[in-house]
Amino acid sequence: MWNLSLNKICKLKMYNFSTCNAMPCRNFLWPMIPQARLEIQKERVVCHTRVQRNVNLEKLQNGYLFPEISMHELQHIRKYPDAKLINLGIGDTTEPIPDIVAVSMAEYAHALSTVEGYRGYGAEQGNKALRKAIAETLYKDVQVKDSEVFVSDGSQCDITRLQLLLGSNVTMAVQDPSFPAYIDTSVIIGQAGDFEEKSGKFGNIEYMNCGPQNNFFPDLAKTRRTDIIFFCSPNNPTGQAATRQQLEELVKFAKENGSIIIFDSAYAVYVTDDSPRSIFEIPGAKEVAIEVSSFSKFAGFTGVRLGWTVVPEELCFSNGFPVINDFNRIVCTCFNGASNISQAGGLACLSSEGFMAVCSVVNYYKENAKILLETLASLGLKVYGGENAPYVWVHFPGSKSWDVFDYILEKTHIITVPGSGFGPGGEEFLRMSTFGHRETILEASKRLKNLFS
Amino acid sequence: MSLTQHLSTSISFSSSSFLSSSGFTFRNRDVSLPSENFGICRCVATPQEEKTTYKTKVSRNANMAKLQAGYLFPEIARKRNAHLQKYPDSKVISLGIGDTTEPIPEVITSAMAKRSQALSTLEGYSGYGAEQGEKPLRAAIASTFYGDLGIEEDDIFVSDGAKCDISRLQVLFGSEVTIAVQDPSYPAYVDSSVIIGQTGFYEKDAEKYGKIEYMRCNPENGFFPDLPKVSRADIILFCSPNNPTGSAATREQLTRLVQFAKEKGSIIVYDSAYAMYITDDKPRSIFEIPGAKEVALETASFSKYAGFTGVRLGWTVIPKELLFSDGFPVAKDFNRIVCTCFNGASNVVQAGGLACLSPEGRSAMQKVVGFYKENADIIMDTFNSLGFNVYGGRNAPYVWVHFPGLSSWDVFSEILEKTHVVTTPGSGFGPGGEGFIRVSAFGHRDNVLEACRRFKQLYK
Repeated sequence: MWNLSLNKICKLKMYNFSTCNAMPCRNFLWPMIPQARLEIQKERVVCHTRVQRNVNLEKLQNGYLFPEISMHELQHIRKYPDAKLINLGIGDTTEPIPDIVAVSMAEYAHALSTVEGYRGYGAEQGNKALRKAIAETLYKDVQVKDSEVFVSDGSQCDITRLQLLLGSNVTMAVQDPSFPAYIDTSVIIGQAGDFEEKSGKFGNIEYMNCGPQNNFFPDLAKTRRTDIIFFCSPNNPTGQAATRQQLEELVKFAKENGSIIIFDSAYAVYVTDDSPRSIFEIPGAKEVAIEVSSFSKFAGFTGVRLGWTVVPEELCFSNGFPVINDFNRIVCTCFNGASNISQAGGLACLSSEGFMAVCSVVNYYKENAKILLETLASLGLKVYGGENAPYVWVHFPGSKSWDVFDYILEKTHIITVPGSGFGPGGEEFLRMSTFGHRETILEASKRLKNLFS
Repeated sequence: MSLTQHLSTSISFSSSSFLSSSGFTFRNRDVSLPSENFGICRCVATPQEEKTTYKTKVSRNANMAKLQAGYLFPEIARKRNAHLQKYPDSKVISLGIGDTTEPIPEVITSAMAKRSQALSTLEGYSGYGAEQGEKPLRAAIASTFYGDLGIEEDDIFVSDGAKCDISRLQVLFGSEVTIAVQDPSYPAYVDSSVIIGQTGFYEKDAEKYGKIEYMRCNPENGFFPDLPKVSRADIILFCSPNNPTGSAATREQLTRLVQFAKEKGSIIVYDSAYAMYITDDKPRSIFEIPGAKEVALETASFSKYAGFTGVRLGWTVIPKELLFSDGFPVAKDFNRIVCTCFNGASNVVQAGGLACLSPEGRSAMQKVVGFYKENADIIMDTFNSLGFNVYGGRNAPYVWVHFPGLSSWDVFSEILEKTHVVTTPGSGFGPGGEGFIRVSAFGHRDNVLEACRRFKQLYK
């Protein structure tokens, strides 16, 4: 958490160094050289470089959403040090990783200290066996090739690499509300234009409102053409999964407009009904879409770091140049592959035994979702999502979402996420994530019942 | 149909198949893509039903179009694979890509194995970590490498490696800044600059990109730029010990560099990935130089110290004193980048990093580094004995051999053809590398000895 205040910046001290031959050498790295010693002289000097700050970063409105929430959390803890805080805020997995997966990573790590098992640089695109496993296990019926799969250290990183690929001269559309990284990376790379206080939107971004009034699917007839369309399904934060028909409409829309869909399928494994798990289930999608996904919410890999992006060979820029060629160049230049240990874990997740094991953890979170959903519905609250995603989206018409966030935190010591953090379309809503130990979820339900009944 | 139902056949992707997959046996960096021929590309759509000619209406990023060829090291790998296909029985030795070869010390791998196991327990499971890195690791890095230099735990940003950090720094700085690089230099500096949009077009005659200030480093100037002749650039990328020349800058040189940056109001991005290879008393960190905290940030890596090239761990140091022209702290913006464009290095790997910095870990790393340094000595001696002018090797795991008047790609090809040893042509690192070959000192001892035998045969 950044805590450097302007005050601190102004009180900089000038440091003078002097080498001292007589000092014993503490620092193991430099056993042969005299230790540099620090002598502090108290002078008030502030030195600026002449490098201009990146104007795009100036445009970002606040800190990134989740660290902001952490700050509220910290303030709350200071106020109520004995409170038993329940975190239904950041969507962080809580249940242990299945043994079979953990053991595979441990074995791989051990092997790295043997001559036969040591591995250096891996292919930047990912380990061949893992790419193949992803293609064959998760895209079984839609014929994604292993050469189209790029293994990564997670979706947030992939989204930035895709932005680097696309550059600052493309326009983009997002669902509203949406996962903040789409907009924030767009601002950082220079696509987004200026922030307009009144609307709470960036000038060059097309916001596709998704709410109860339109079944959480954009009114495409009213949507302006953009080069790129970010679409997340099952959706974070609304928990809604798009139907096959809706995705067919989206692919058609992209085709007519010559746009590229970046489809985020990080929560695909949470789908309970027959909603599509991959954009590539839609005919024609390979010519208009890239899919980004992750082991985070699938295998509890939020800290282990593993994901992938599928770039079909058929996807071409307007001049016919294959997008996959440029993405490959980005991956080779701006990245050096996901950790080989994480990749070993990923491969174990996709073995038949591993897959069953991770799915049972996913089912655990789905049960959590059911409990929360039932609780909130029983309280007469307008609640959405929770059936195909580990998020529940609660509507508090007429309220400001940060106010509801603060109210719930104050009264029940439960951290949630204010909907406005996901865009203006999230105002009046609150997101609750359904990760957590069962007893935590049950306790949270109890507290919510107390508050709202 | 649920995803579980998709698994109708049993898939036996065991860890043994992971280890033995043909992708690894020769550290094959084969990219199964249409071959790229210096800017000429073919669309490889191979749909099942009919030939499709659909194109989106999204313009290709003009910056990507400026790039001349593939990134250098995959290109080397391609040539190596082509050579292997031509001579399937030849025993190819790789002294090209600087890839570590020796096993990771057990004290380090056990820590990673232990952390992996812990993730399957209630008490040991952890989800998202701080994007800046786990506190104990940040603290250990600060005290181990920057002990008395006034660098604190919260100045350290743990990453998945220097190459990724370089790109994140470029995203931070944006397209409106200008850069200066050493010539020759590690290709990621220039390439990432092109991608982010800081450069002009590639000028074929000069073999340089417009708007980049190339600071020639050669034997004549002791591999340190002639600073009075260098035009101001916002960002100065400086690597010491240097990849590819192997040269380490002296305290006096770095003092002049810091002074230069101060006068010009520039920011030095100092790459210290090879600091542990220094034999003499050259500075290991830019922060050993007075005043550096106001003009420099430093990036480093566990790759070449702990054999973490595949494991992926590094760090960047941004002092609080480093400010943009409007007084805004660079570290604050980098923190935002790290929180938005990254999600932290793998927790298992960070546990390994912490073990690296324990007393036992540090001594183990020193042994491995020492081993590669012996390799470098052997390679240097070989080329010296053959009458070549040889540079580097003493403070870095790279030996920089001069072949005056020759094209480095030609020399590369000849060496590969006649000795089956892969090296790296100097011009891959910039026009200042023309006439040089980089020989990396990573490898099993017997391979290095064998390679040297073959060099002696070829050049006697």
